[in-house]
Amino acid sequence: MSGKPRLTYCNGRGRMEPIRWLLAAAGVEFEEIFLETREQYEKLIKDGVLMFQQVPLVEIDGMKMVQTRAILSYIAGKYNLYGKDLKERALIDMYVEGITDLMQMILMFPFSPPEAKEKNLDSIKERATNRYFPVFEKVLKQHGQDFLVGNKFSWADVQLIEAILAVEEKIPAVLSGFPQLQAFKIRMSNMPTIKKFLQPGSPRKPPPDENYRETVLKIFRK
Amino acid sequence: MSGKPKLHYTNGRGKMESIRWLLAAAGVEFEEEFIETKEDLEKLRNDGVLMFQQVPMVEIDGMKMVQTRAILSYIAAKYNLYGKDLKERAWIDMYVEGTTDLMGMMMYLPFQPADTKEKNLALIIERATTRYFPVYEKALKDHGHDYLVGNKLSWADIHLLEAILMAEECKPDILSAFPLLQAFKGRTSNIPTIKKFLQPGSQRKPPTDEKFVAIVRKIFNI
Repeated sequence: MSGKPRLTYCNGRGRMEPIRWLLAAAGVEFEEIFLETREQYEKLIKDGVLMFQQVPLVEIDGMKMVQTRAILSYIAGKYNLYGKDLKERALIDMYVEGITDLMQMILMFPFSPPEAKEKNLDSIKERATNRYFPVFEKVLKQHGQDFLVGNKFSWADVQLIEAILAVEEKIPAVLSGFPQLQAFKIRMSNMPTIKKFLQPGSPRKPPPDENYRETVLKIFRK
Repeated sequence: MSGKPKLHYTNGRGKMESIRWLLAAAGVEFEEEFIETKEDLEKLRNDGVLMFQQVPMVEIDGMKMVQTRAILSYIAAKYNLYGKDLKERAWIDMYVEGTTDLMGMMMYLPFQPADTKEKNLALIIERATTRYFPVYEKALKDHGHDYLVGNKLSWADIHLLEAILMAEECKPDILSAFPLLQAFKGRTSNIPTIKKFLQPGSQRKPPTDEKFVAIVRKIFNI
């Protein structure tokens, strides 16, 4: 047993990707087990290791953690990416929850019916440019600091860079009205741990393709 | 200005109810401002007080907090309902995410079209009795304590009681196979602050009826 956190999920982004990002940004090495068949998933359930019969599952510090937010909060707390006090934590939580809502639209996109895809893409663009990105643009402009909260790298920054890159994959010019976010994106991408995660060969997963979608449907019978 | 937290939402349960429960259980008095029309919501948005143009919004300790989970986490930590360390917080988070998923299903039920309501109700009952309640029954059985985490009242207990009562509104005998949850319900309902909240005249909101569904649809355009 290596002592490294062990992640169990499909071999793709899904709900595990923010966890991979946060561990990587914190400089924490981790192992991964990939679910490829329904039988593997059913075995996990039968073995009683999935609290609510769901993945993500992260084995960390003797716990079998489930529920994405619980896992992320724990990692953020453990690696000092959660602010210095309750009020900073509140800000980080608000920012992360907003970004999560945007990322949820991207998460569900591959599973929307073909006829709804264009409309959903428009929704993602609208929400990103009118609801979410303006908030973070304003925050960065107002305090003029490098990071969103407390002049220190936090979970909120990791979540935001992940979201920016994910939206850009779908809408390449999405940051055109957001100069602060453009600068933020470059700064974050150049932080050593994040830079490493963005290089080929890292645990970062590619955008979901048809193969991934089929695997998910097969395993979880959505 | 009273110094009491001020809640902005419609006059019904929705996503604000868990926040009312937690404040009440912590013995914290709060004020409420109800959104009754689309214009009320537009005004809040135009005043720039809703970070992501959404409610719930809670004015607390000089912050205008949004995002239900962020608000709940802040209140839990402030009033010592979040465990004594990172690991207890992890357990509380996992448990709360489970009850959140279950209550989420119940929250949306009144908004579903008539032809799918029966099927969704059946799914709620199935999930409650085979996925969620067994977890909490087992947790209580394994340690034999009165509370879910750390032998002390926490956010997880308050959230579970709320979920139990909501599930009983769907199916009155839903706890029939869960003796420890029945005892938990009895004990927790008798905690003085919670007992007070469960009495008529408190700020607890009634189950969502068709009239409230119509108001919500009108205000939020859904």
